[in-house]
This record gives sequence, C-alpha cells and structure tokens, in this order.
Amino acid sequence: MDTKRTIFRHRLLPYFLLAPQLAVTAIFFLWPAGQAVVQSFEREDAFGLKTTFVGLANYTALLSDPDYLNSLKVTVVFTVAVTLLSLVAALVLALAVDRMIKTATGYTTLLVWPYAVAPAVAGVMWWFIFNPTIGLMPYLLEQVGYHWDHSLKGTDAMILVVIAASWNQISYNFLFFVAGLQSIPASMREAAAIDGAGPAKRFWTITLPLLSPTTFFLMVVNVVYAMFSTFATIHATTQGGPAQATNILVYKVYNDGFIGLNLGSSSAQSVVLMVIVIALTVIQFAWVERRVQY
Amino acid sequence: MMRKFLIASLMLGTSLSAANARTTITWWHAMGGELGTKLDQIVAAYNASQDKYTVEATYKGSYPETMTAAIAAFRAKQQPDIVQVFEVGTGTMMAAKGAVYPIYQLMKDTGAPFDPKAFLPAVVGYYTDAAGNMLSFPFNSSTPIMYYNKDAFQKAGLDPNTPPKTWEDVVADSKKIMDSGAAKCGFTSGWISWVQTENFSAWHNQPIGTLQNGIGGMDARLTYSKDALLVKHWDDLAKWQKSGVFEYGGPGGGNDAPPKFYSGECAMYMNSSASLAGVVANAKTFQVGYGMMPYEAGAAGAPQNSIIGGATLWVLQGHPKEEYQGVADFLTYLSSAAVQADWHQFSGYLPITMAAYELGQKQGFYDKHPGTDVGIKEINLNPPTDNSKGLRFGNYVQVRDIIDQEFQKLLAGSESAQDALNNVDARGNDLIAQFEAANK
Repeated sequence: MDTKRTIFRHRLLPYFLLAPQLAVTAIFFLWPAGQAVVQSFEREDAFGLKTTFVGLANYTALLSDPDYLNSLKVTVVFTVAVTLLSLVAALVLALAVDRMIKTATGYTTLLVWPYAVAPAVAGVMWWFIFNPTIGLMPYLLEQVGYHWDHSLKGTDAMILVVIAASWNQISYNFLFFVAGLQSIPASMREAAAIDGAGPAKRFWTITLPLLSPTTFFLMVVNVVYAMFSTFATIHATTQGGPAQATNILVYKVYNDGFIGLNLGSSSAQSVVLMVIVIALTVIQFAWVERRVQY
Repeated sequence: MMRKFLIASLMLGTSLSAANARTTITWWHAMGGELGTKLDQIVAAYNASQDKYTVEATYKGSYPETMTAAIAAFRAKQQPDIVQVFEVGTGTMMAAKGAVYPIYQLMKDTGAPFDPKAFLPAVVGYYTDAAGNMLSFPFNSSTPIMYYNKDAFQKAGLDPNTPPKTWEDVVADSKKIMDSGAAKCGFTSGWISWVQTENFSAWHNQPIGTLQNGIGGMDARLTYSKDALLVKHWDDLAKWQKSGVFEYGGPGGGNDAPPKFYSGECAMYMNSSASLAGVVANAKTFQVGYGMMPYEAGAAGAPQNSIIGGATLWVLQGHPKEEYQGVADFLTYLSSAAVQADWHQFSGYLPITMAAYELGQKQGFYDKHPGTDVGIKEINLNPPTDNSKGLRFGNYVQVRDIIDQEFQKLLAGSESAQDALNNVDARGNDLIAQFEAANK
C-alpha cells in the first residue's frame, strides 16, 4: 500500500502537534477507564469514605447474579432486533429511493431528518405514542383486539424500545445504503437485465453482494450503537422495566452505579463492556474487513 | 482601552464583594412543580427577612437524582451546604459519618435555639440515632392517604361523605361505581412500595424486617414474605388489577396514577398526603374527598398508625464556619410555626412541629378544609410500635426498585404473591448485606 510520508524537520514537532488530541484522550477516556478498572476490584461506600480491596469478588458476583445474566440476554435480543430492523428498513427505503429519478433528493432529505432528532426527544415521542393511558397506538391496537401495556408486559416494552431505538438509526443506515447503491455501476445491472435476470434475481446476485462492504460496516456500527448509545432511548421510555425486561447492560451500569451507588459492581460491569467493545473493534478490523467482497 | 477595562472590572469586583457580604448557602432539593414554586417563595421570604445570608435553592430533579448528585458532588468536594434526601436514603446518609453534619451537633455548635421536643415524635423518630439525637432536619414529611371522587360516589348511589374504611369496602364501592358507570376503575395508587407495602404492614402492625425494621442495627434483614396479610394484599391487588377494580400506575412514584384520578377514570386514589397540591390544581371537574387508608377487616390491631415518607434536610461537612451559622439560622426559620403551617397547608405535607399544627387549628384551617388533617390523624392514631416507627435499611433505594420489579412480575402473572415477596426478601437482603459489608 502506498502511504504518503511526511518528513518533520524537528523531532518533537509531531508529538507537539499530537499533544492536544492525546491530552483529550488521556483525560476523558484513559483516566476514567483506568479508574473503572481500579474500582472494579474494590468495595466502597457511596461517599467514598471507606474503600476495601476485594479482588475479583465484584466479577464473580456478576456471573452468579441472575439479574446480570438476564441483562445480558436482554442486550443480545435488543441488539439483534435493532440491527436487523434498522438495516432491513433502511435498505428497503434506499432501494426505493434509488429507483426514483427526479424526486430522489427530496425523499433522501426527508428520510434523513429523523437522524437530527435527539434520542431522548425521540424516546419521549415514542413514549407518548405508546403510552397505555394517553397514547394513540394502544387505542388503535385496542380496536383490533390487542391490549397494549408496556408498563407490565415485557414483550411490549421490548418492541417499544426496539422501534424507538431503530427509528433514528434507519436514517443513518439509509444514507450509507443510498451512497453504496450509487457506486454500483448501472451497466452491471443492465447487463444482467439483458441476460433475463428479474429484479429479485438482480438484487440477490448483484446489488446485495456489491453492497456487502457497506452492510458489514453498518452492521458493526449498529451493534455498537444498540449496545452502547441507546441509553437515552431506554431512559426516556421504559427505564429498563417492566421487571428488567429492557434493562440492557449499559442501563444496568447506570442504574447500579448512579442510582444504587454500588460503584464496585458498576465498575466491573463497565470493564466487561469495555472488553466487548474492544472485541467488536478487533472483529471489525481483522475479520470483517478482510472477508468482505470488494 | 485596556486601562478602562481594568478599572471597570475593578469596580465590578468591589460591587460584587459588597453583595458578597452576605454569605451564600446552597441548598439542593427535589421539589418540582407547585411545591417547587412554593419552596422558592419561602426561600425568597427568608432572604428578604435578614441581610446576613442568601440561600440559593437549586432544583436537582427527582429524589434519587438529587441524592446521587449530592454524593457525587461530595466526592468531588463541591457539595452543597444542605441537601434534601428522601426517607429511604436515610440508611445511606446515617452511615456516612464524616460526610454529614448531624443537626443536633450543628445546632449545639452554632448556639442556635433548638428544642427537639417541639417536633412531632412520629416524624422525628424516623431520623434520630439510637441515642435519640436528631440527625437530619425533617422538612417535608407525608403519609399515604386516600383521595376520592365525591361526584362518582354520588352517581353510584354511595354516600359521598363516607369513604370506604376497609379493603372489603373499597372493593364493594368500586364494584358499585364501575357497575353504575360513574367511573371505569375503582382505585389506583402511587408508590406501590411505600403505600401498598411498607405502610400496609405498619398500618396492620406487622414487621417488614428484623430489629425494629432495621432501626436497631445494620445486621437487620427484610421479612416481607412472612407477613401473611401483606401476601394476601399483594395477591388481592393482582386479582383486582385483572377485574379492573385496581389500575396499576407504574413503578416508583407511579407516574400514571395521578392522571387516572384527575381524568375521572379511577374513583379513588391512594398516595402521599403531599399529593394534595397536585390534586387541588388538577382535579377541577369534581369534588374531592379525603379518607384514611383502608385496612383489612378483622385484622387484630389494625389500624395501628401510618409511617411517614417524604424527605429531610441533611447538612454536609466541608464548609466554612460562617456558612454553618447561616444554615442553622435558616433551619430555625424553616421550623418556625408560621412557615411550617403555611408549607403544610399549601402542600399537604405534615406539620413537623406541634406549634404549626396548633396554629392551623387556631386559624380554623382544618374546619375550612375538612380532610386536610387526615394524614396527621393517621400518624398519631396510636403510639408507634416497633413495627410502625419506620424502617431503616442500607441500599434501600434499590430495594424499592426490586419491590416494583417483583410487583410487576406478579401483575404480569409470571409469579405468585408469595413468590414475589420471597424474591423481594432474597434479593433485597443481598443488597442490604452488601451495604453492611461496605460500611463496616
């Protein structure tokens, strides 16, 4: 691979230029992460007046804690559902827009709009729409004979947070899919069409394989999004309830640490999350990038 | 140019320091809405009443948010002078020796006039240590009462001036109300944990934990599942939810409960006596009646007395002496009969001193507003027993969450009332044991 090499005349200059970014990384990422690692081996009261070293006790407690295992399971279900829903919905919309000739930009703008809405605001909006007492959806569902109540039914709550979390993300995925589709040469599809391949056949054998770099990139981004960036959505809608049916790992870290003030366990959970992020990143760079068909 | 700027900033500096002759006292609280407005008025009146101190009151969100904000601030050495902490945070605050400045100590050190006997025993008992010393200042204490829709009672052919006394009456009245179409549901409730669980046990003189519900020491444990009446009550609530007599208002404080009552959907509503301001402001289309909490007919010793909730003011360590002088002065002002009576009559919180209650009687407030003293009558119904003094457990904020979670599982039909309360005990006691270990 060709890389452009810049020669610095002074040896310290590159370090000097890097310093601001390194400082930000150290203060806002490395330091707190290090603190979390340290605290995960400690037991401490809320005010930080008494601290004892407890070794791996916080970690072993997690593994035998049914609440934590439940949260793990919930996170997997939630992440898979959000990733699938937001990818499929975005792809369908992108394909639809790709077929338009004159109005494509107008639709693109409209479809990207939701991404500009803050997750907390989106969460509150969905909370309103699905509110069992005052919401529109439960009323409509009641007409078709379904009693919606996400404050008691775990499945309803899960559906609600999946929709709320996917809604924003669809716009993001859509934008990448539109760009991806535009980079597929029209001549390939035309050639296939001349050979007698129908629209479905063309999609499965040409469009989808050629989109795979975009799809794999988006998959990783969406998994990371669903696992780590959906805090505001959960907080504004179900707050992890009912009976922990939507208590994903990130929300549990917040709840145990900031509400429950159980800093040791909360730190141990953060460290586990950190390991998961590192693993996902490694997978993305080492495995996905190589296997993808370019 | 530069010189002009310097002079201007110097002048600004001196004028600021002139204003700074008043010592600023910071107070973080959790009073939103109507209560927050009232609190700001009280603070403004105090600031106008003297020229030595300025109290700055800041709304920090919900009770758990306010408490965790103050604790985080303490760890960062940015803590306020005063923080309002809800009753279930008491265990955590009491254990934090070195972080809190006990009220009795503060009053002694500053020489402020202070007589612990002037306060209502049922209120102060919750916040004193084993030696009887007052640790925090009971600013707003409330107790659960029943609000009911008099118009709906009338429509259903019931006497609008006789609220149901027992749970059997509640169900019978609810059925009449629902059958007559006066309302869609019988009753709803805020705070399942506090109203329908902790207070239910106290009201029936049953323990919820060992060692006087935890007041006796940190090695106390929960025993909810052993209270047969409570098991029956949870079982009943689940059945009533199915038949529509009861509608669940959500976890925590139960955000969905008040709208159900305000809109006329539910004819009865059990919640804090301090929900009064909200009820008065929102229930505009019907007459509101007030009643005591129902009890199980035939239960020996019921009704006993209700226990309080609400919050107290904790003073935090780490500030200069003159600020504490101001804190003591402000707390003295807050406990004066006039301020207390005004706050109590507006908000529905209990008057914390006898003098404030007597002032209300003298003013004829309770005659003009019948029912507003229901809460006071409830907490003073009988001398408190070991089961009805209150409760004190560490990590109890999370235990409350567990109570909500298990109650939701019960309502969803995934476990029985006995299993739900067994789980509350097992999971809660784990947390309490962790707290004990961390604070040894």
